Amino acid sequence: MEDFILEAKNVSYAYEEGEGMALRDVSLAFRRGELTAVLGHNGSGKSTLAKLLNGLYVPTAGTVAVCGMDTALDEHTWEIRQAAGMVFQNPDNQLVASIVRDDVAFGLENIGVPSDEMPGRVEAALRDVGMLDFIDRAPHTLSGGQKQRIAIAGILAMRPKALILDEATAMLDPKGRQEVFSVVERLNREQGITVVWITHFMEEAARCRRVVVMDQGRCVMDGTPGEVFTQSEKLRAMRLDVPPMVALGDLLRARGLKISREAMDVETMAGEVLQCR
Amino acid sequence: MLKDITLGQYYPVKSFVHDLDPRIKIVLTIAFIVAVFLGGSLLGAIPITLFILLAARAANLPVKLLLKGIKPLRLILVFTFLLNLFFTAGDTVLLAVWKVRVTLEGLQTACRFSLRLVFLVTGASILTLTTQPVVLTDGMERLMRPLARIGFPAHELAMMMSIALRFIPTLLEEADKIMKAQMARGADFESGNLLQRAKAMVPLLVPLFVSAFRRAGDLAMAMEARCYHGGQGRTRLRVLKITRKDYIACAAVAALIAVTAVIG
Amino acid sequence: MPIKIEHMYHTYQAGSPFQADALEDIDFTIEDGDLLALIGHTGSGKSTLAQHLNGLLTPTAGRVLVDGQDINAKGANRRALRQRVGLLFQYAEYQLFEETVYKDIAFGPRNQGLTGDALDARVRSAFDKVHLPPDALEKSPFELSGGQMRRVALAGVVAMEPEVLVLDEPIAGLDPKGRDELTGIIHELHRGGVTIVLISHNMDDVARIATRVAVLDKGRLAMLGTPREIFSRGDELEAMGLDVPQTVQLCRRLRDGGMDLPDCLTNEELCAAICAAKGGAVHA
Repeated sequence: MEDFILEAKNVSYAYEEGEGMALRDVSLAFRRGELTAVLGHNGSGKSTLAKLLNGLYVPTAGTVAVCGMDTALDEHTWEIRQAAGMVFQNPDNQLVASIVRDDVAFGLENIGVPSDEMPGRVEAALRDVGMLDFIDRAPHTLSGGQKQRIAIAGILAMRPKALILDEATAMLDPKGRQEVFSVVERLNREQGITVVWITHFMEEAARCRRVVVMDQGRCVMDGTPGEVFTQSEKLRAMRLDVPPMVALGDLLRARGLKISREAMDVETMAGEVLQCR
Repeated sequence: MLKDITLGQYYPVKSFVHDLDPRIKIVLTIAFIVAVFLGGSLLGAIPITLFILLAARAANLPVKLLLKGIKPLRLILVFTFLLNLFFTAGDTVLLAVWKVRVTLEGLQTACRFSLRLVFLVTGASILTLTTQPVVLTDGMERLMRPLARIGFPAHELAMMMSIALRFIPTLLEEADKIMKAQMARGADFESGNLLQRAKAMVPLLVPLFVSAFRRAGDLAMAMEARCYHGGQGRTRLRVLKITRKDYIACAAVAALIAVTAVIG
Repeated sequence: MPIKIEHMYHTYQAGSPFQADALEDIDFTIEDGDLLALIGHTGSGKSTLAQHLNGLLTPTAGRVLVDGQDINAKGANRRALRQRVGLLFQYAEYQLFEETVYKDIAFGPRNQGLTGDALDARVRSAFDKVHLPPDALEKSPFELSGGQMRRVALAGVVAMEPEVLVLDEPIAGLDPKGRDELTGIIHELHRGGVTIVLISHNMDDVARIATRVAVLDKGRLAMLGTPREIFSRGDELEAMGLDVPQTVQLCRRLRDGGMDLPDCLTNEELCAAICAAKGGAVHA
């Protein structure tokens, strides 16, 4: 049996009874240590999926398991939320305390970590996101990217198995986006945390190892960035962006140049174009 | 516009008073207020004044800062003074012009009440100047904890206060932005009579409330995702410990109460 | 109606609780028919500059001349001016407040003194320009999606029929479809004769639709020129912490690799240039 941290089986979800399904029969599993991007429009069901993956919502049909624990069972609720931490879109609306130190400790306080253990865990988490110097600052004096890194530290202090980021970079400027993505990528690489990265930005998805595309409540594509982005026609039909280099590759191929479909970033594309005759 | 409002007046220096346990500080502030009311006579004002100066010194606070705290109260102070001056019954007439009489008793009461007000405000501001708001709410929660047994929502109240502290700057900034956005659409917040002005606030207040509710919803969701489930089984980052300094502070306030009680 | 900015400075009072960005010696003119992209790092002063263009902020020194008139001079009618220079704030959907989309769009023109048929015509014409489903007009703005709400807010400013429209990061936070639609609307407004100042972080959009680009760095105007001129100075942009479109990056990389290519802004241009450079040996 494979080591799945998050697993959704035939999950459907409706916000209210009798209303349309926000999610229809989705089966997805995330292995330990995977870094997966989830793409899709607003209303495609990707945020709903995120909230199902840590038990904030319970499926209308099907099951969701976090580290083997069924989210439908009340007895696991807090263990599940500790194992699958979540970062939301608006950096202003998820920090609770007026001092960074207290905010990072918030989750630890909730799960009853002994007081003498907390300062060490708070500092370690802040160090991991590169924000230790800001430990005594007030959140409203920080930039968006910094606030999101504090939010990540607050999750990290709880030692989660998985990190679910629901459009955590949507409201940030390019620098903030870069900061947050790099931190998450490093946490995935160094600490083996399973990451579900929900985003609108194709360049971020291109840097993940696996890409899932949602449309109208279904999972419509699932594969490596190469496998997904090379189906540029299908992406365009859903009115999703195609990474610029993929789009250029399409144009060049149409003109008869031999460019491989794996050329998705500037570096690879430059090599391909220079070699091609 | 809204830029003049300063919040969180915590004065970040190191001092004896800064180091005190917040619970002790809250209790001692209340005890100080008792002393202020015990010290009824003008003579009683002397030890209290001395105590405030001593506390300010021990808190490493410039006296100027304390005086600044009284400034917003100056209208009320003048009003209290004049009210007591003219409307206190007494026999020793100092000054009589037409029907208005100023008596010695009136003058004394006026001074007493005004001083009392000044003392109360400075005492309370020593507390807030030396205690971070987060720590203050923490202290309050723990003081109120015994009341939780009889159903008093001590934890919830403290949580609400700390969330309010966190969001006031955010909402102020937002109000400023919405105001500008509506001004860009030709809204006029500055002219017209009272009714017109109140009506002009609608385009500011509706978006502000909508946004506050949206934020509250988001925050509730984020708190739940971070395992928040009320005060039960919660541990705290900040451990409060009573030290020798706290005993010294208690002794000082006890002495003040004794002195004022004796002098009257 | 050009907006001429003359040696303008803006400094914030120390200790202000609102962090904002100062401006230093800004001097340039926004010409009629421009689609001027204003780019720069967060904190470079873009939003501060935008708020000077319609008098929401007053310069500490220097002047802002709209149609030759100093907008901060004594006796200048700032409210009248705000009608000529429209400003859409970031996340503008949060300024909506009326019961219906119609009423919300009408707020601006009503403040201008319009009533009756003239008002109705304004509202409907602005509504048409933002391509919302027709039944949205009588809905509550709060029933709409985020992207649709943003377009209602845009219509609210467009309804005042400004000659210059200043847009502060209009596509921030939208999904790809929403970004596409809004960029299309901006393009159409520009073609319809409105001068546009667009604050944006999206360099691909800037390269595609801007006629001119102004780059702000630490409160100063660092560069001003056509997108082609600006993006050909990629190293300087990167030194300021700004992105360069991937197409432009690739073009530079290929030139470093020995290919003879002109400056290219779009994939289409670059594709044609590559094919030409490959000696016409390739045919579709």
